[in-house]
This record gives sequence, C-alpha cells and structure tokens, in this order.
Amino acid sequence: MELERPLPAPITPETKPFWDGLKEGKLLLPRCDDTGQVFFYPRAVSPFTHSRNISWIEASGKGTLYSFEILHRAFVREVKTPLPYVLAMVQLEEGPRMLSNLINVEPDPQIIRCDMPVEVVFHKLNDDVTLPLFQPAS
Amino acid sequence: MKGLSNSVCIVGVDESDAIGVLPNTSQLALHLEAISNAVRDAGLKVSDVDGIFTAGQHSPALLGEALGITPRYVDGTSVGGCSFMIMVEHAMLALYHGLCDVAVISHGESGRSGVGVTRGRDASLSGQFETPFGFGGAPTYFGLITTRHMHDYGTTLEQWAQVAVSTRAWAGLNPKAMYRDPLTVEEVLNSRPICYPFNVLNICLVTDAGGAVVLTRADRAKDCAKKPVYVRGTGEGTEHVMVTQMKGLPLSEATRISGKRAFEMAGVEPGDFDHVMLYDAFSSGPPIMLESLGMCEPGEGVTFFEEGRSTPGGSLPINTNGGGLSYTHSGMYGIFPILEATRQLRGECGARQVPNASLSLVNGMGGMLSAAGTLVLSNVA
Repeated sequence: MELERPLPAPITPETKPFWDGLKEGKLLLPRCDDTGQVFFYPRAVSPFTHSRNISWIEASGKGTLYSFEILHRAFVREVKTPLPYVLAMVQLEEGPRMLSNLINVEPDPQIIRCDMPVEVVFHKLNDDVTLPLFQPAS
Repeated sequence: MKGLSNSVCIVGVDESDAIGVLPNTSQLALHLEAISNAVRDAGLKVSDVDGIFTAGQHSPALLGEALGITPRYVDGTSVGGCSFMIMVEHAMLALYHGLCDVAVISHGESGRSGVGVTRGRDASLSGQFETPFGFGGAPTYFGLITTRHMHDYGTTLEQWAQVAVSTRAWAGLNPKAMYRDPLTVEEVLNSRPICYPFNVLNICLVTDAGGAVVLTRADRAKDCAKKPVYVRGTGEGTEHVMVTQMKGLPLSEATRISGKRAFEMAGVEPGDFDHVMLYDAFSSGPPIMLESLGMCEPGEGVTFFEEGRSTPGGSLPINTNGGGLSYTHSGMYGIFPILEATRQLRGECGARQVPNASLSLVNGMGGMLSAAGTLVLSNVA
C-alpha cells in the first residue's frame, strides 16, 4: 500500500528511542542529565555539556505554535496531504522546538496565530512509524 | 584582523558566457566559463591561478584538473550560498601568507536545467525530522522565519512586496537580468501563492549560472587590467543548519557575528555605506539582514525599501543587479553580489551605476540564515 507520507529515514541509533516512543503513543525527548535541560533533535552528546549523560523523558505533548506556513505547492511530492496544509514550528513546553504539521484547523492566516497553544496528535503511518502532529489545544 | 584590511584586492569578476535558462550547458562548463572570463577580466592567464576556492557539488580539485592547472591551495568550504563570500576571507588569509598568489573563487550551478548535476547532500536529520511533514525546499524554511518576524514586529505582506518591487526596478537597468519589466506591490500580492507568507514573486528565480572572482595581493593588483577593489573588511559566522536550532528567530546570530567582525576590521559604521548587496533568496531576507547587521533597529529593515531609499536614485541603493529576485539565482547565489559590488566600485554599471560609489557592503546567508558572510569593499585603500 502506498503511504501518505515518506517514512522518516534514515533513523540512526541515537534517534531510535524517539521513534520507538511514538509507536507507543509517547513523545520522548532527550535530556542532558548534567543540567536537566531537554533538547531536540536527539544526538550522541549533550549540546550543553558534551557529556554522554543523556536520558529520555516523556514530554507533555503541549506547547505553542512558534511559527507557521501554509503550503500551497508541494515541495515533497511523497507527502499526499491535500493542499493547502499547515507547516508548523512548535515550541514544546519542555524547551526545544520541532517541525510538524498543525492539523484540525482551517489553513487560514487569520485564524492561525503564532504563540497559540497546541497539543500533540499521534498519527500512525504504519505499524512501525507514528508521527507527532499537532492541533490547537482543546 | 585590522592588519589584513586592504591587503588583498578583487581584480577580476565575471559570469559564465551566458546566464539564465541553459539546457545545453553543464554545471562544470558554467564554472570553467566563469573562471576563464574572470581571469581575463583581471588581465591574467588561467595558468597564473594557484589557489582555487569553490562550494557546491564539484571539488576545487576537479576545477583545477579541468583547467589543466595544479593549485597550491584549495578550499571547498560549503555552508550554503554565502560560501563564496566567506571564501573571500579565506582567500585573503591564504594570499596574505603567501600560500597562493592568485586566488579564484568559482561558482557554477545548473540549478534550473540540472545538466551534469551529481548528488545531493547528507540529509539524515532532515529526512527524519523535516521531510515527513512536507518541509523541503528553501521557501518551507524561510517562511517560518518570516511569519515569526510578522508576529514579533508587525511587518506585513505589503512591506515584503516592496522589496521585490525595488529590486525589480534595478533589474530593469541591468541587461543581464532575467526579469526586467516593472513590478507593482499589487502584482506581488496577487501572484501565485506558494507557501504563505510567500507568493511566487517573493521568491528568487531558479536559473543556470556561473560566476567567478579573482583576488591577489594589493601590491600585485596594481598591475592588473582594471582598477583594484580593496577587501577592507571580512566576517563570517555559522550558527545552525536546521531551522529549529536557530536561537533567535527571526533575527540571525550568524549575520550579527559576521557583520560585526567585518565592520570592525574595516573600521566602518553601518551608516558609512553608499551601496549595499544583500542575498535575496526571499523578499523578507534583505530587511532581516539589515536588522541582524545592526543597520537599523529590529523590525525597521523594511523602511529602507518603503521610503524609496533602496531604489534607483535613492540614498542607499540596495541590490543594484536586480538580485536573486529578478537578475539570476542558480541556487548558491553568493558569488553574484560580489560581482556587482566590484563593478559598481569600478564604475562599470552604465544605467544602474550608483554615482560615486566608494564603499560597498556585501552580505549573504547560507541555508536559512544558518551561516553568513560579510564583506566591506572599497575602491580606495
């Protein structure tokens, strides 16, 4: 069956826990145990202290919309989501930002606002991969 | 850095034999044409070149081989479209220390027609954290910076459109520009939506083009064919690759660092310039760069374009070649602002010549304001 989106690839050892967590409906983020600061994307050393003392926390899934775009022309043809749809940069409550889509909202810049509260929606692509999408917070 | 100021000069610049839509010209050919043209412009021979600097898909070693020369010094720094501006700094250092005597910085990109284009770059992180959501292509990243700017400073779509209009007015005076017909704010606002906040006329062209810059030490520059253009100040900065890692959207830390160093080395203040070239992949780019460089307060970059200062006849001409928005943009545009600044400082620009231009600011970005290169160029030492 053709997927509606390209699978995240290539997944590497340091990013695998993130993707494994999503399969179980958890948004896991790496934390520097030296400072307690959460960061994203996952990497082999802490970006704060450069130590290997990294553990994973389960994020609340809550945040704000840091910025957004409304896509009218597909740049990634493998994404079959009907145009227009919303590209989002989400500011997570725990500190880091990530790119995603804002769903369950009209793709209208009069309605969508920077800093509006958003919450994660776990979007299953197949048995192996679930993506973290976001919607306006209820 | 002050001791390096004015130690080297730009002595040759040129494009490839043609620029625009070139389905019969390979990417490598664009390099070789540009290099041979720029070397001729300097009154030198290709065999004089002993330092090769290039970014993109071809290595400096390949360019040397294809030209039949054996460079003593090569640099393949590749941090996006401003790499060629950063390479002016790198070439300056190599020339100053005698590691090479004639440096050429070359760009060739079959960005539109894809002739002889080889491979893409490493994409593991974007393949995981960007592509599955539909991010890909520069507008899908730079739009985030632009939307946040509108939120933080109240900038508007009309203001971004003014940048495209001003730049098109300059393109109308440049015979090499791809689009030369006058443009209005309404036309920009009514053009095809691509990725809000950008319509198609807020986004640069996609073309095939080459360009090259030749530098040598100031003492030798006096013997070259044209009036030397002094490299008075240089700066570079690299902050991030992925737009989520940018600390201070919408302003650019890389640009701030780069500009500060270039201004200090040159001993100039932001108000001293009489000509400005800014990398305009998007209409919002130049205002955000002016703000990041400290040329104005955050949020006020658009006023340069609204008040007519940037246009032909204005007090601070900006992007006088017609920019990436209307002249050419092959992908890594950063060589072309250097060409234009050099030509303005030589007084070669005909209808678009800025009267008495003597101090030019060149600033560009790599990626999404990820890296920056800044040059202060002058026709007097």
